[in-house]
Amino acid sequence: MTDTIPQADGHRWHDMGGAAAGEVPLADHDFALWEKRVDALMILCSAKGHFTVDGLRRALEDMPPSSFEELSYYERWIASVSQNLVEAGVLTTFEIGERMSAIRERGQTYGDAADG
Amino acid sequence: MPHDHHNHLSPSGHPFRADNDHPLSYWQTMEIAVRELLIEKGVTTAAEIARQIDAMDNRTPANGAAVVARAWTDPDFRAALQHDASVATSEMGFDIGPMKLIAVENTADLHNIVVCTLCSCYPRNLLGLPPDWYKSRAYRSRTVREPRRVLAEFGVTLPETTQIRVHDSTADMRYVVIPARPDGTDGWSTDDLAHLVTRDSMVGTGLPKSPDALA
Amino acid sequence: MPRMGSRVRVRNDMPPGHIRTPAYLRGKCGVIERTLGPFANPEELAYRHSGAPLALHRVRFTMAEVWGAAAEIPTDTIEAEIYAHWLEPADAA
Repeated sequence: MTDTIPQADGHRWHDMGGAAAGEVPLADHDFALWEKRVDALMILCSAKGHFTVDGLRRALEDMPPSSFEELSYYERWIASVSQNLVEAGVLTTFEIGERMSAIRERGQTYGDAADG
Repeated sequence: MPHDHHNHLSPSGHPFRADNDHPLSYWQTMEIAVRELLIEKGVTTAAEIARQIDAMDNRTPANGAAVVARAWTDPDFRAALQHDASVATSEMGFDIGPMKLIAVENTADLHNIVVCTLCSCYPRNLLGLPPDWYKSRAYRSRTVREPRRVLAEFGVTLPETTQIRVHDSTADMRYVVIPARPDGTDGWSTDDLAHLVTRDSMVGTGLPKSPDALA
Repeated sequence: MPRMGSRVRVRNDMPPGHIRTPAYLRGKCGVIERTLGPFANPEELAYRHSGAPLALHRVRFTMAEVWGAAAEIPTDTIEAEIYAHWLEPADAA
């Protein structure tokens, strides 16, 4: 159970400093290849000037509060990277969706779909 | 050619997650799509992406530990680190890029701890990727308000006479904590000293190991 | 332009959008620890604008100032980086 930050007074949910919360979950996980690829795409695309880390953060903050609980860190990052690339005019939502459908045809696992 | 992570250990010594065999998720599909499209459009290449992953994999807390060990043994470097940590660490080969580094020293009277309440800013070039707990709601929410209770959860209890200083990494600075040098290490080499420096001690959620711990 | 050691108050505004001044510090008073920059304004960069260059001040707050009676140890401190346009002199009416 987590406390949500009230937004009626303009306090945005991602701005968490000082909110009540439970114990710090100390478990860690090693990053999967797809997660490292998301990280790499963010670093490379921002270095190439397509968007800024500020734009990345802004898109993350504009997601609903539930996204922090329901999506993992790099799931939210790839959503933000995609949005920023669309805003930059590098990709369109249509071509992302079209390619995602094609990828799903390749196989059931990341290993199958990524190597296709 | 993508790296084959099967059967290898990650830098932390754990096996890579077997995500390659799990059912493909919507977000994994999006990553593949975005990566392929960017390569096809000439924005990047598979080789460049692989190089970036390698570069990030090679950034581990050993980088930060080397900086700490040198600060402990080289007074000129320690002074340079306080004057401009970005310049001092880049001369060791650790490039912070567009960010600026600030090194905050622990003493007997002062303990520093770093958090990013707004997101997950972290000195990645010195410590690698941030751990899950650093990005958690609980750490981001509570560290600025009750750092001593948070530290207790990490097994660290400090006397009231030690001031705790919480650094909220809100903008362009990145922070590395220089822990206090453990007693009983006179004359140690920087390599041996670096082995005492844990990742958590450079974030401020832990203390360096004592010489007894290595015995 | 505040100098190192000068006392400042963080504005109490609650604007929409991408802001790097944490809500828990708004309206609070602290002391300038050092001044850095200039850096481009992230509030503008986030929306694909150039971002006017701004001074960035590291401000030190006591836990007592920020949390009042809820502070674990009143003299523990928080230091945060606050862009110049969010700060006003602490003695402003």
